Amino acid sequence: MLRFILTRISLVIPAFLGVTLLTFAMIRLIPGDPIEMLAGEHGIDPARHAELLHQYGFDRPLLVQYAIYIGQVLRGNLGISLSTHAPVIRDFLQLFPATVELSLAAMLFAIVVGLPAGMLAAVRRGRILDHSVMGLSLTGYSMPIFWWGLLLILLFSVNLGWTPVSGRIDIAYDFDTVTGFMLIDSLLSGQDGAFTSALSHLILPTIVLGTIPLAVIARMTRSSMLEVLNEDYIRTARAKGLSPVRVLWVHALRNALIPVITVIGLQIGTLMGGAILTEYTFSWPGVGHWLVDSIARRDYPALQSGVLLVATAVILVNLTVDLLYGLINPRIRHVR
Amino acid sequence: MTAESASLRDQAQPLHPVREVWIYFRQNRGALAGMVVILVVCLLALLANLVSPYSPIAQYPDCQLAPPIWQDRDPADFAQCVGHYYLGTDPAGRDMLSRLIFGARLSLLIGVIVVTISLAAGIGLGLLAGFFRGPVEIAIMRAMDILLALPSLLLAIVIVTILGPSLINAMMAVAIVTLPNYVRLMRAAVLGEVNKDYVTASRVSGAGLLRLMFVTVLPNCMAPLIVQATLGFSSAILDAAALGFLGLGAQPPTPEWGSMLSGSLSYMERAWWVVTLPGLAILITVLAFNLMGDGLRDALDPKLKN
Repeated sequence: MLRFILTRISLVIPAFLGVTLLTFAMIRLIPGDPIEMLAGEHGIDPARHAELLHQYGFDRPLLVQYAIYIGQVLRGNLGISLSTHAPVIRDFLQLFPATVELSLAAMLFAIVVGLPAGMLAAVRRGRILDHSVMGLSLTGYSMPIFWWGLLLILLFSVNLGWTPVSGRIDIAYDFDTVTGFMLIDSLLSGQDGAFTSALSHLILPTIVLGTIPLAVIARMTRSSMLEVLNEDYIRTARAKGLSPVRVLWVHALRNALIPVITVIGLQIGTLMGGAILTEYTFSWPGVGHWLVDSIARRDYPALQSGVLLVATAVILVNLTVDLLYGLINPRIRHVR
Repeated sequence: MTAESASLRDQAQPLHPVREVWIYFRQNRGALAGMVVILVVCLLALLANLVSPYSPIAQYPDCQLAPPIWQDRDPADFAQCVGHYYLGTDPAGRDMLSRLIFGARLSLLIGVIVVTISLAAGIGLGLLAGFFRGPVEIAIMRAMDILLALPSLLLAIVIVTILGPSLINAMMAVAIVTLPNYVRLMRAAVLGEVNKDYVTASRVSGAGLLRLMFVTVLPNCMAPLIVQATLGFSSAILDAAALGFLGLGAQPPTPEWGSMLSGSLSYMERAWWVVTLPGLAILITVLAFNLMGDGLRDALDPKLKN
């Protein structure tokens, strides 16, 4: 097991270095040099320009610059945002919980709806229910989620007035951040209606972000379930006279879940990409929204480090998922 | 020779591969429906100049946000508005229907260009990785792993930031982002073929490396690539629209479906058609490509079904 963990971790290091190479290159490939960028539209005196280039080390060989960059990154020095003048890492850590909360809620929604839907479709194979579940999930899979969000806002917020349009909680509520998760913090605050407000803000973004994982999970559950239902041991279980419910939920589901769990793990990285669009649509104050804003503000330090941090988070999540598989399924440990 | 024996001989001949795929494909009603939709969209795109009633970028200031033709419009607001705008007009007074039709042309073009780039690069890199084991393979596959480690939209955003927001750059970004899928598929297919007897036979009879790669092995690796390319159309259209929506893709007044959406966000509450219709166009087109891709996968290789 230790060997397995070490191999997996050693695979992560080149990926991380690759990402740093990308973010390093990114800032240098943008037209104009970094000093001109910082100077903005006003321009800069050529002598001062040369001086600053030297001061920040931009006149040194690229390899040296990269080594310096890696050194800074490893020490957690990720630069100062041009727009908030705060360390980028602090801005990031403030916004990150909002994205995590949304992603977790979306994943939960996708699993809670997708798993039973896929199972039902498998059991009712070839019937109307199967066709409608599969049709719906292919539609969900094809959905431009930014537009899906707008549709839901149009229906539930504008026409019916059931849910708020944007943000995480009504501005009338004010309490300290404890965990960064609005649902938990609003409960802890003990203020009347705070939790309901946070929940109503979370519902639509959750549905939007969860739609694609939901479709993928439903499709995967169905096909995996169909395969398992053909196995001999299922016939045996039925022949023993077990109730169909028990056969389905206890005997079949367990084995059908293995590929589904793999797919769920793979979706976590995809969620981060979807979060950018969902947060943008719902003005959700998370990392994705902040990244898009940074582009618009040409806040390159924030963008550069933001991309690095998000990518690192995704790599770490994927690593954790990988290690968990090894724990759940011993067969994986011994491959390679 | 009697007619009977002739027909017997015909039956004994194996079906042409394309015909065989078609026989399987047409049994899938969803895939057929997808194909019909794609054909209609292609036709609209090709004939956009002829079928669209107005220019997609001409502005009619008297008709800003005119509702679709079946909806009653307030005569006071549109006293000067004389045109027939079947699906209404956008905030700048441009005809929605014409913009949607020209948008189809753009979206299909995006799909073709993105898929061509990533298919060509994917085939090349995949063949290299499959034929030259060792450092070349490791370098290519590691680079692909890094691309896969990043969420695709984030990577596309990074690339567009570097290159600057425009439709061409958005297409480049999407092509790079989807590249790893093609490279991995191609390499896996090559590895499956390269040690088979027919390849060895070709090698022994003196075929050069390029001939081995492109004439001997490549045709036998096409099935998964065709499926991936079809599905690639849908993700290319979707991703390019997402970039357009974020303001990083096509710039106004280009009639691109994604940027049409972002341009009319603030009018959403007053005019449902400005946000509903472009999104519906994206959904229908993407869904059609996905349906067809699924159908092709089942028809080309039942084993590929997951």
